[in-house]
Amino acid sequence: MKTKLFSYNYENTVIHNLSGLIKFICFLLLTFATMYTYDIRVTLGMLVFSVIILRISRIKFSQIKVMLIYVLIFILINAIFTFFFAPEHGVTLYGTRHPLLKLWGKFSLTQEQLLYQVTLAFKYLSVVPLGIIFLLTTNPSEFASSVSAVGVPYKASFAISLTLRYFPDILRVYNDISQAQQARGLEMSIKAKMKERVKNSLMIIIPLIFSTLERIEVVTNAMDLRGFGKEKRRTWYCKQKPRPADFYALGVSLVVTLAVAAVAAFLNHGRYFNPFI
Amino acid sequence: MKGIFKVTTRTIVAAGLGAALFALLFMFVKIPSPVPGTYIQTAYGLAGFFGVLFGPIAAGLMAFIGHAISDAVQYGSPWWSWVISSGVAGFIYGFAFLRTRVEEGIFGWKDILTYNIIQIIGNAIAWLFLAPVLDIVIYAEPANKVFAQGAMAFGSNAVVAGVVGTLLLVAYAATRTRKGSLNKKS
Repeated sequence: MKTKLFSYNYENTVIHNLSGLIKFICFLLLTFATMYTYDIRVTLGMLVFSVIILRISRIKFSQIKVMLIYVLIFILINAIFTFFFAPEHGVTLYGTRHPLLKLWGKFSLTQEQLLYQVTLAFKYLSVVPLGIIFLLTTNPSEFASSVSAVGVPYKASFAISLTLRYFPDILRVYNDISQAQQARGLEMSIKAKMKERVKNSLMIIIPLIFSTLERIEVVTNAMDLRGFGKEKRRTWYCKQKPRPADFYALGVSLVVTLAVAAVAAFLNHGRYFNPFI
Repeated sequence: MKGIFKVTTRTIVAAGLGAALFALLFMFVKIPSPVPGTYIQTAYGLAGFFGVLFGPIAAGLMAFIGHAISDAVQYGSPWWSWVISSGVAGFIYGFAFLRTRVEEGIFGWKDILTYNIIQIIGNAIAWLFLAPVLDIVIYAEPANKVFAQGAMAFGSNAVVAGVVGTLLLVAYAATRTRKGSLNKKS
């Protein structure tokens, strides 16, 4: 249960020192590029690129181990699902059919399906480091100001900021209630029956939710008394002015994104890299 | 109609704190289901509850932020198509705001029915339509797979939003003082 959430630790690296706004824009640009492309070469390139950034930002393997395991399990399950539901999806995408292996019944492995699924797996894998870098190197307080700076209404940005601040608190309250209830004999594991488990999880979340409702009233009053939402705009305490390094980072991300777009437009004539024609 | 879309400080705080709660439930209070790798998410019951109490903007923002954060923490990056669908589902749950008598301390059969109809419509739009379509557009996943996943999500989320949401609302109504519960002694 002891998950290290948002274990943001300041380190003196180029990535940590970037302003939150620039980092957020770079993150969005690069994620968009990775999600858009269906070219295995581009995807692998992006993966290498993001792993290099991961090294530069001095993120240790122990920090991301749990996440990585989750992601790998997810990718595996997703791949199995995809294959069983649509073993011929690659064929429809690429328009040709090169059988590779005859499996049982109507299932057979084609080169197209293999390429499609491998690309898909790497695509999901290569988005992950970007998200991890952004999460682990951005000061949570600065995040809200960055979101608001890209055009999200400041009230919505403030909701995000509240979430990030309240999360550690709520985790503590949840652990307290959960342990107290389990000490009183509440069974939450696979041993209990389905119906029992639903009922028992309610016994934990009801006190949690009602204590949150109280806190909503308190925080609302506190913010109203300080005049929240009276003006159309607001300033942010944690907002950095862009520095030269920020422009370089933005430049690199733009070049990478444009390169991905150029590969799609001129080399592949579309999202998919098709070696079969 | 203006009433339910009004953004007050309360809406924002409810969205922010609700999102933290949503993310927490999403990560820890999920019930393993018979299908491996999928969970019954109690978080949607909470989204329904907040929808009735604080309206569409609060519930929509809450589900969107909460889902994005729990995805980011668990997988490193949000699964955008489902995050957006969560937000839309929450937004539609919020249409039950001001349509029930929960703040007056009454949550009877009529209110339960209102809430559940709205909740089922919200889940249907989000999981039977939006999530699969976005999956195809953003991630180019095979259609029959995503529609099967969507149908599964619709089933479990509608049941959870129905059961957990209704129970929470009934429990909440019991804590409110009933309108006209005090009588002048004649």
